Amino acid sequence: MAHSAAAASDAASPIAPALPEGHDAKGFHRMVFAGIAVLLVVLPFVLYPVFLMKVLCFALFALAFNLLLGYGGLLSFGHAAYFGMASYVSAYTAKVWGLTPELAILAGTVTAALLGLAFGALAIRRQGIYFSMITLALAQMVFFFSLQAKFTGGEDGIQAVPRGNLFGVISLADDRVLYALVAVIFFLGMLLIYRIIHSPFGQVLKAIRDNEPRAISLGYRATQYKLAVFVLSTTLAGLAGATKSIVFQLASLTDVHWSMSGEVVLMTLVGGMGTVFGPILGSFVIVAMENYLAQFGAWVTIIQGVVFVICVLVFREGIVGLFARLLKRPL
Amino acid sequence: MLKRLLLATALGAAAMGAASAQTPVKVGVLNDRSGVYADISGEGSVIAARMAVEDFKAADKGLKVEIVSADHQNKPDVGASIARQWYDRDGVDAIFDVPTSSVALAINQVTREKNKAFVNSGAGTADLTGAQCSPNTVHWTYDTVALGNGTGGAMVKRGGSTWFFLTADYAFGQALQRDTSEVVTRNGGKIVGAVKTPFPTADFSSFLLQAQASGAKVIGLANAGGDTINAIKQAAEFGITEGGQAIAGLLIFSSDIHALTPKTAQGLVLTEPFYWDLNDATRGFSERFAKQAGGKKPTAVQAGVYASMLHYLRAVEALKSAKDGGQVVAKMKELPTDDPLFGKGTVRADGRKIHDMYLFEVKKPSESKGEWDLYRTLATIPGSDAFRPLNQGGCPLVGKS
Repeated sequence: MAHSAAAASDAASPIAPALPEGHDAKGFHRMVFAGIAVLLVVLPFVLYPVFLMKVLCFALFALAFNLLLGYGGLLSFGHAAYFGMASYVSAYTAKVWGLTPELAILAGTVTAALLGLAFGALAIRRQGIYFSMITLALAQMVFFFSLQAKFTGGEDGIQAVPRGNLFGVISLADDRVLYALVAVIFFLGMLLIYRIIHSPFGQVLKAIRDNEPRAISLGYRATQYKLAVFVLSTTLAGLAGATKSIVFQLASLTDVHWSMSGEVVLMTLVGGMGTVFGPILGSFVIVAMENYLAQFGAWVTIIQGVVFVICVLVFREGIVGLFARLLKRPL
Repeated sequence: MLKRLLLATALGAAAMGAASAQTPVKVGVLNDRSGVYADISGEGSVIAARMAVEDFKAADKGLKVEIVSADHQNKPDVGASIARQWYDRDGVDAIFDVPTSSVALAINQVTREKNKAFVNSGAGTADLTGAQCSPNTVHWTYDTVALGNGTGGAMVKRGGSTWFFLTADYAFGQALQRDTSEVVTRNGGKIVGAVKTPFPTADFSSFLLQAQASGAKVIGLANAGGDTINAIKQAAEFGITEGGQAIAGLLIFSSDIHALTPKTAQGLVLTEPFYWDLNDATRGFSERFAKQAGGKKPTAVQAGVYASMLHYLRAVEALKSAKDGGQVVAKMKELPTDDPLFGKGTVRADGRKIHDMYLFEVKKPSESKGEWDLYRTLATIPGSDAFRPLNQGGCPLVGKS
């Protein structure tokens, strides 16, 4: 009996960070948040705003993914489905229905939430690799749906999405105005995720992640918690995808393709799974490689592979995880 | 007196300015350098662009041309953000090549917004000069309508009167089948059947058997990339061309045929706007190109980058500035085109470049004299017949001009 319980917990949380959560962490995290806020204001003067917006969209996506993997112990291989579907819906409603950007983003986010509810209800019935496979299979169905459906424009995608006027008043045509909006969405999303992780709900999640049978024996309904965190994660992934389609004024198959699901795993692992701030750094690293190494052509994918291998071999807990260990504080 | 003096000084200053200041031109070659289209475009397109700048003798004509390049990885968002960065930060005046329709349409949009110039060679979508046409875009080499037109029409005229389609089951494949079917029936041919194949797929055997059983004289491959290559390989295993049926590729390039080798692809009929062994001019260019490209002959897309770069530079030279992309493209439409690879032609009001297309058949291994001796020319399709008529694309620019 004890043996099977241990096996189950192994399956549910393949790599759990073994870091103590001290009481001084809160103050320290506040400082990090302040630092991020300052960076958000200063960086657009140094780096290209469109590039930063891309980083922020992917960072939010990775944060949402990390909420599920790092704190729920659930490895979804199909997060592109929610990211991509939200970006399609947001692009479509903004372009064809003429919704204002905030409503279009909301429509995309709600779609991702509903999709997450339906898919999550199916997927959480199984654990470990089976859970991952179900999410992957469902995401592939979404991909083929997007390939075939009329409204997605097939492999051409939805192009020329208007950036529109925020609340019908503020024009987003200027990159700096749009950047401000994306930065706000990102920051609020990050605070929400932080709040979720450190709420009683988050504590229960971690308990389930670390030892599901024990959590059940303590009277928690594990499946309901898992479904809740799944839907929260897909909703936030949808928020990221919907925002991205407004930023780039397009939605395409790239966003629902399985390689996008892989990319978000890569971002999370490189940055540091199960750390609050790791995915942000991870997405920055990956997107920066994609952008600034673009002139190296075929080498980009090879360099990405090498970076990933080095990360896994040298610091398994990711870049931020490594810092957390050195500072002896959870990040 | 005073007026004349002022005029003289002004003229003198203008002449001095033209003599001393060079017109800076910065162009970006944006294409796939690591994925499925890397052989069709890739580094070869950059070489072609560089050769065009050399052959144009840009420096002697007062143009200071700089070329940058990047890989868009066939992702529209990567392509769009590189384009934005090039236009906003790096001072790029024009973007060339851009295979993959979704990326091309995204760049089309960004270029229009920033009033730069976009000269596409690599993408197939006819929307670039149709519903989504733009005063800042020229579509040079080919589009799917022209390929379908060429292969469909010319095959029927040569006796391929009954057709069976293998159609990739997504919007692109269906559009290709629809457009080609229309041409086939207009020319008096008949569609005897079609089968939808999953996209992507590696196993075409059951579909090929259906095609064989249909008794159609031509099997049309309404698919692209890896699907087309798989279908051709398996058709060779089934001995379809030896059985008397012709296979028509609707979207395939010389680099693909080279990779497949004539042994596998023999008898395949296809349409391309360019082949290295057409005439002395194309052979001369291709030889110089091959020296820089590790022995590879240029594809139609790479040749298109070369020719379109020449024409672009001609327009910039006439305007003495590359800054206003809309003006440069207008000039490109105004000037007749003439280059060693595509001959004389025009750029239409909707941005479509008009030149002849050719119907080729892949040689048998016994006829092929070398690694790159791939095609036999079956027919020349005049530019006026090859492309979609100007009034049928639904381009909003056409009504105005």
